[in-house]
Amino acid sequence: MVVLTSLFLAFSAMVVGLLFMGIGRKVTARLQRRYGPPFWQSYIDVIKCFSRNSISHSYIQDLGSMMGLAGLIAAAMFVPIAGWLPFPSASPIIVILYLMPIGYLGMAMGVSASGNPLAAIGIGRALTLMLGYEVPYAILLLTFIASSNTSSLAVLSDLQTGGIGNWFAVKMPIGFIASIICLQAMLAEKPFDTMIAPAEIASGPMVELSGKFLGMAFLQHAVAIFIETGLIVNMYLGGGATVLSFVFKQFLLYTFAMAVNGIYGRYRVEQAVKFLWIFAGSLAVIQLLINIF
Amino acid sequence: MSEMLTVSRQDIMDGRYERVLDWFRSRSMWMLYYCTGCGAIELPPTMTSRFDMERFGIGPMATPRQADILLITGYISVKTLKRVVRTYDQMPEPKWVVGFGSCPINGGIYWNSYATINHLEKYIPIDLSIAGCMPRPQAVLSGLTRLMEQVKKGEAVGYKKYKMNYDWYKKNQDEVLYRTEPVLGGSHEAE
Repeated sequence: MVVLTSLFLAFSAMVVGLLFMGIGRKVTARLQRRYGPPFWQSYIDVIKCFSRNSISHSYIQDLGSMMGLAGLIAAAMFVPIAGWLPFPSASPIIVILYLMPIGYLGMAMGVSASGNPLAAIGIGRALTLMLGYEVPYAILLLTFIASSNTSSLAVLSDLQTGGIGNWFAVKMPIGFIASIICLQAMLAEKPFDTMIAPAEIASGPMVELSGKFLGMAFLQHAVAIFIETGLIVNMYLGGGATVLSFVFKQFLLYTFAMAVNGIYGRYRVEQAVKFLWIFAGSLAVIQLLINIF
Repeated sequence: MSEMLTVSRQDIMDGRYERVLDWFRSRSMWMLYYCTGCGAIELPPTMTSRFDMERFGIGPMATPRQADILLITGYISVKTLKRVVRTYDQMPEPKWVVGFGSCPINGGIYWNSYATINHLEKYIPIDLSIAGCMPRPQAVLSGLTRLMEQVKKGEAVGYKKYKMNYDWYKKNQDEVLYRTEPVLGGSHEAE
């Protein structure tokens, strides 16, 4: 039973993430005054990717792309969806933040096996950017531990039941803004899409991915969207009473991120890290100081 | 010297089960454009808000590994042919080539130049040609939707033709590549 529910959660995380990606492309298109692709375009893209021949450079690449997807799915198992978890756990945030980099490290290992220098540059940028957003995120986490004496995501979302007034987004607005900035960097949307940058480094980590590997990268991104927006919804937006309201809050967060993505240019990687540390970091520290004193 | 194999299109068309996947392939075509020629300037209006190619699922991609369509926008010189062939060989199957403008069809206004090649289909298989100098965005969209129909029916089989007649294509490629070798030494080891 646990296996079945876990599989169901993994599958639905991919489905929801791909749906968000499709709607995000539509939003971007409308911001650019285009008609845009249909919202199910991402599903078509993934099926097409899996239907093509693919070129594997070594078994490390096969292993890496599977490890990336598996790490992210493992992290998704600990994100409570409207209080529901595939297997009983306290859903500690630290475990989620520990499992999520496994996804990125798997991707790094897989694409570095191709030996393409542009992929190595992309991975270098991705890991540098991770250094940028993990520090403010860790400070925000300290804020929760200092004020609520818990690092459990389920308990945190339970604390916010009973109206918008109880949401941490209202109680701790400064921390919420900092985490929104971090979310933008985690999703690697503009202005923090230095790791993808199709015009400079030919889409970075994805440069040598063909066929199935590209489809796996799409699925990884879909699950990553699900986790990252789900974290913010549970931490700040009350978690949601039903699954539908939970997904709707995730959708609002992702649409906001895509709208920001549609209007900004791209930072260089050192500018991005500097921005994250100075602005998101100082907002997080201010929130921490407010909560402690 | 090997001759071109004569097979009917019916023989190498995709089968019934493959055609289910062909529907998905036709709705999501990512293209790599080889823009050394002047045709690339017609692509930004085709992609942006006036004509919006993305509503058909057609979008630009950065590398040959990710791309389904190779779009040859404009003339191919004898020196860039090597890069085109290498790019085409790097693409995973199924893959399609679109010749864009008059130059890949018959040389266009450069037909008597010593530096360009006139018939691109002698070197790589072309699934669809869009005539014009330059084709306007309407023509590009009409051509690409025609390619979508061909892919959906499983009739766009240029890559199979290439594999079957590799000797013939290779001989033609080598004839041109011989002309680009440096005169003074260093024949094949030079990149």
